[in-house]
Amino acid sequence: MPKLEHSPLQPANPIEIEKKTSFLRLLWHNYKKNKLAVIGLGIILAFIILAVFAGLIAPEGINEQKTGERLLPPSSQYWLGTDDFGRDILSRILHGARLSLTVGFVAVIGSVIVGTLVGVIAGYYGKWIDALISRGFDILLAFPSILLAIAIVAVLGPSLQNALLAIAIINVPTFGRIVRSKVLGLKEEDYVEAARSIGMKNSRIIIYHILPNSMAPIIVQATLCVATAILEAAALGFLGLGAQAPDPEWGRMLSDSRTYLQQAPWTVFFPGIAIMLTVLGFNLIGDGLRDALDPKMKE
Amino acid sequence: MNSHLLHVKELQTQFITDEGTVPAVDDVSFYVNPGEVLGIVGESGCGKSVTSLSVMGLVPSPPGKITGGEILFDGKDLTEASEKQMQKIRGNEIAMIFQEPMTSLNPVIKIGDQLIEGVRIHTDKSRKQAKEQAMDMLQKVGLSRVDELMSQYPHQLSGGMRQRVMIAMAFICEPKVLIADEPTTALDVTIQKQILNLMKQLNSEMHTAIILITHDLGVVAEMCDRVVVMYAGKIVEEATVKEIFNDPKHPYTKGLIQSVPDLRQRKDKLYSIPGNVPKPGQIKSGCVFAPRCAYAFETCGQEMPKLCSTEGSQQVRCWLYHEK
Repeated sequence: MPKLEHSPLQPANPIEIEKKTSFLRLLWHNYKKNKLAVIGLGIILAFIILAVFAGLIAPEGINEQKTGERLLPPSSQYWLGTDDFGRDILSRILHGARLSLTVGFVAVIGSVIVGTLVGVIAGYYGKWIDALISRGFDILLAFPSILLAIAIVAVLGPSLQNALLAIAIINVPTFGRIVRSKVLGLKEEDYVEAARSIGMKNSRIIIYHILPNSMAPIIVQATLCVATAILEAAALGFLGLGAQAPDPEWGRMLSDSRTYLQQAPWTVFFPGIAIMLTVLGFNLIGDGLRDALDPKMKE
Repeated sequence: MNSHLLHVKELQTQFITDEGTVPAVDDVSFYVNPGEVLGIVGESGCGKSVTSLSVMGLVPSPPGKITGGEILFDGKDLTEASEKQMQKIRGNEIAMIFQEPMTSLNPVIKIGDQLIEGVRIHTDKSRKQAKEQAMDMLQKVGLSRVDELMSQYPHQLSGGMRQRVMIAMAFICEPKVLIADEPTTALDVTIQKQILNLMKQLNSEMHTAIILITHDLGVVAEMCDRVVVMYAGKIVEEATVKEIFNDPKHPYTKGLIQSVPDLRQRKDKLYSIPGNVPKPGQIKSGCVFAPRCAYAFETCGQEMPKLCSTEGSQQVRCWLYHEK
């Protein structure tokens, strides 16, 4: 009689359970497949580093005026030229990155917090509170966003802080709606019902089950929204409703130099390029994240 | 009579839709005693799940509403209880296992954390104590490498393992009643058997009463002490397992038992009850089963029979037995 090689109770090879994969590692694994998204991330990281170390990197001060050196074209001394007050444009753009990125991030974080809170309440509790909040969103979305921002700033008075607040307000419905629709789907999930069946309170279900599962679309939208927020801040700055002179905010720099467009195009060109690059960078990251966070991408 | 652990009396749950009121559960009464396993059997759409959700107070409202009857648990009427009181009862006293183990766990939270959360809802144990209890419970439901398992996500587990986790979660607060809504339907046969054995074992160890909702008569034969057969929102027969299989009374029960394929014989055609389950509320007069019943006679089309006792504890809702 043939002998058994090993007892049937002991498997020859215990099956290896897949290695611990953290969420972030999986995300990066998917994200880096998209080369454009990696480039976008590079651009934004570069801008963040430049903004943080602007004080060390910038060759000149922000408001160092040299009357003899007005509107000089790019040269080895002034890489990006000088503006109408003889200020180094490169230095101003580097310091401006601080303002623009701060406005972008802070405004979006504000919108995300308020939008998520309101959206979750609308989606989870439904009924009249949903109707109330959703109509509120509709009203905010009925106005062209920049017009609404202008109106808010007009009431509060022009300054960078108020522009930031206005941008945060106009972006609330975007997040609110995304979160609401996500919550509407999530609250029907079996694990939410299972949570209810073990006696979990509504507030706990929201924090524990609903929010973590609605993070993906929020993250994507937030990244894309930073780009729009920077653009809106620049637009408000350009219209004189955001940052006030002599703050080196990019939109402000554009509007201050636009009279010299013919004479000294570099005064307008480089701040414009800075805006374009950051917006592009955030959009590329947003697209990359959207793909990487898509559950269908997981192998 | 009042000593039953859970006693549902004349429960009526309705759904209010655009096309009118739909009585999903109509005049349903049953009871469970401590340590007992009660089966609720019926085809899809006959109100089994709505009954269990009604007991848990989880009927989606609107459109659903409990419109009549009482659900007595330890003497308290759950239909009168506030949401806050219900939250204390759910999980702690009455727990529930769902059909789909694949979607009943939160995909973004580790198994361990989900179990710990379950403990901490109802007790003020520290995280450490809760963790120990969770690991203990995972071992009890027959899972190995518990340490590793605690820090894994649901997608890393198989269906059977997930259902074991769900069972661990349901039993972790040692509830007095467990409602299992088709707990093995989504699993393959060998795993089914393991899960049923596990439930049976926990039932006898912890003395938890189980209400087992299923459409699988094989599961009923193996697990249950008593059976309630439901059809179109109504109970048509109630009996012990022995009585149901040896001497089914209601034509519907007979049909159900007949439609279980026999492994020992190869028939060209499997038996099935002709027709479909009517939509609740579709049949206005007479017995709900009459249109599909082979024994139907005049009275059946006119009036709904009442549940009446026959022999022993067996009860049946059929005109055939009414006169006796």
